Amino acid sequence: MYDREKQSLVSLITMVLILGSYSLYVYHKYIAGNVDIINDFKFWGKAYLILIPVSIAAQIIIHIIFFTINKIVTNEGAPAITDERDKLIELKAIRIAHWTFIAGFILSMGSLAMGVQPWVMLIALIYSGFIAAIASETAKIYFYWKGF
Amino acid sequence: MSKCSISNNIRKFRFLADEMTQQQLADKTGVTRQTIMAIENGKYSPTLELAFRIAGVFQTQLEEVFSFDDKIQRGKK
Repeated sequence: MYDREKQSLVSLITMVLILGSYSLYVYHKYIAGNVDIINDFKFWGKAYLILIPVSIAAQIIIHIIFFTINKIVTNEGAPAITDERDKLIELKAIRIAHWTFIAGFILSMGSLAMGVQPWVMLIALIYSGFIAAIASETAKIYFYWKGF
Repeated sequence: MSKCSISNNIRKFRFLADEMTQQQLADKTGVTRQTIMAIENGKYSPTLELAFRIAGVFQTQLEEVFSFDDKIQRGKK
């Protein structure tokens, strides 16, 4: 497995871990025992805004730890250069993420149109962003693995 | 991506250049070894700029290193 594949795989695992643990944390700390809070948009706004810096910080820390361990084990550092093929793969992955998010956005609007509770739309929006990021990293791993 | 219609002789030129490694060629052209490997295996068509740089490393003409198979391209249509 090459550096870029490893990097994408680490991002993928990190994203799942961060959102999974954060969702559990928010659920147990705020939602369990106080179900009415899910209709409070201010709560969702705060929860999402906190998730962004937490996610960025955790990604940076995990990447540093991973590449340090990787350097010790394989004597290979983080990818030093980003060449034209990397950029092309990045663009393709962004396109996939874009369309995945658009699909999630349409689904969330559809849920509103069908008269589902507004918090479902918010959850759908947040998770469609997350699924789009997963789709992007998965696409990168696939393109690197395929040899494109 | 299916096999591209641009074929190349990079392997031959590396052999002629005193068995230059993919990493050495990658360093000289400013790309990663994976990109050189993908080009060599016909899984990725390089940009014109990179193609010229590769030809430049081997001090030869672009057409000597890369060739375009028009039949494959027409067969796709």
